[in-house]
Amino acid sequence: MSAPRSTASLRHRLAERGIDPLLMLVLPALLFTIALFVYPFAYGIGLTFQPTAATVQKWGGGVFANYLAFFGDPFVRDSVWITMRLAVPAALFNVVLSVPVAMVLRRRFRGKRLLSSMLVLPITLGTVLTAQGLLIFAGRQGWINRALEAIGLIDEPLKLVNNYLGVMFSLIITGFPFAFLLVSSYLSGIDPSLEAAARTLGAGWWSRFRKVVLPLLAPGLATTFILTFVLAFSVFPSARLVGDPGGTTRVMALMAYRSFGEQLDYPMASTIALLMGVVELVVVAIVFAWRSLLYKGSTGGKG
Amino acid sequence: MATTAPAPARSRRRAGTLPGERSLVASPSTWFVWAGMAVFLVFLLGILVTVVVDSFGKQWFDTWAPVEWTRTWYSGAWDRFELGQVIGVTVGVALAVVVISVLLGVPASYVLARRSFPGKKLVMGLFLLPILMPPITYGIPLATVMYAFGLGRTVAAVVLVNLVPSVPFVILTMTPFIEQINPSVESAARMCGASIRQVFTRVLAPLLIPGILAASILVLVRTVGMFELTFLVSGPGSDTLVVSIYRAMTSAGGGEARQLISAMAVMYTVTMLVILVVALRFVNPTQLVARVKESRDD
Repeated sequence: MSAPRSTASLRHRLAERGIDPLLMLVLPALLFTIALFVYPFAYGIGLTFQPTAATVQKWGGGVFANYLAFFGDPFVRDSVWITMRLAVPAALFNVVLSVPVAMVLRRRFRGKRLLSSMLVLPITLGTVLTAQGLLIFAGRQGWINRALEAIGLIDEPLKLVNNYLGVMFSLIITGFPFAFLLVSSYLSGIDPSLEAAARTLGAGWWSRFRKVVLPLLAPGLATTFILTFVLAFSVFPSARLVGDPGGTTRVMALMAYRSFGEQLDYPMASTIALLMGVVELVVVAIVFAWRSLLYKGSTGGKG
Repeated sequence: MATTAPAPARSRRRAGTLPGERSLVASPSTWFVWAGMAVFLVFLLGILVTVVVDSFGKQWFDTWAPVEWTRTWYSGAWDRFELGQVIGVTVGVALAVVVISVLLGVPASYVLARRSFPGKKLVMGLFLLPILMPPITYGIPLATVMYAFGLGRTVAAVVLVNLVPSVPFVILTMTPFIEQINPSVESAARMCGASIRQVFTRVLAPLLIPGILAASILVLVRTVGMFELTFLVSGPGSDTLVVSIYRAMTSAGGGEARQLISAMAVMYTVTMLVILVVALRFVNPTQLVARVKESRDD
């Protein structure tokens, strides 16, 4: 093996290690990502250390003034907690609920196609239409409050929008279809004969789910949680439109945009945006660490 | 419809199963699932129907339905927000993003699926990051760079920012798809004397078409619906439909008439629905993850 390698051309030796002209195909995408993702990102990090004169004057700290401002100003600092309080429950809710729904929809029954397309429909709505619809449907004069008043459940209209609850509804309506699609595709990758075998051995539905399906599904659930969390974490139109943007739904994205678009303080905007990425990556890293403890082998799928 | 559907199916199942055998999920939990879904669907339909009703209603304050009906909100919104131009920009941007991201992404995913080379993990990580990061995180520095280069508020900037998550998205969906194509098909073509280019155009391309279609459609839907990134760099003349709806909803001084916005939102949903219906005729989104044989107790 070593003798022919020493006489082979450089090109041949490189090819043995996997470097050959075909590799050039990855270059366009790579260069693009470096130019439009890595470079701006590095530029943004640099920008966070170039605070505006006003920030330095107010918070001091020289090049770290932006960070001092972020952690010193409770109006901005609290947005971290506010964002987590919205994104984590919403993502958990969507993932946990899509498991039973996906299990039920795995069976065949009349109207299944209609039902699954209904569940996917909100993808076409987008956050903005969902916000508009929620404002009308769940507002003070909306059909929900009207119906509840008509059957005598409530006397006063419930306040369902322009607060925490409104944003939560919007996150569930836009996030659930996404979680459902992912979970059902993971579920379809689990070989049904495993469950059939468990049933032959006398396992009830709960132990079949708990001991067979869930361990195989858990890595997929972790991935789904991450993707749903990313979606919910960067929520921003709905926090502004159906939320209470000055108070309980003052999410980080809103703060970043306030600095960028309204105060034109680009260094501060970059700082908030980067810290947002840091907070999110911490959550993602925790979930990934937990996921690496789980079973990673074949699920009986051919992939 | 949705909630009444399971009843006949359940009874049919019961007739076919053995005595003492239970369905996968016991019936109380099944009913719990159906109830939850019913609530979800009520909300969903409520949202959809109220927006549609609102967009046709003349005045709607404290009654169950508008007192008078009209169609003028649509023509009103069309003229007021120059929707012809906005929709043109939206469609143009979306198509440009789809074409460019497929051209950049598919060759890269071919290499990632077939070769191992030093630094492959790093490259994969680089492509994964833009999808994992919240759009605002890289969007704000990117927009700052765009404004510094004088690209702010142009259609080119909108296309470029939308490409940042789309190219990695195409790569990540296409890589597993290419992996499941048997490499000996390519080897056989090479043995028979095909050049690399011929392997790509005559052998791989036809096999890749379903995957490329699926990825394109997902990119199309994402781009039309993308708010955060587009909003940061667009301005008058380069706003897409979502962004103009948002601007109309938040415009200073109480904003526009609610019905105008409803009419715009209905147009947006109809556009998306058309795309999705066309798309679902060609692809099944769950196909992207490898599929096994259908459940046996079906």
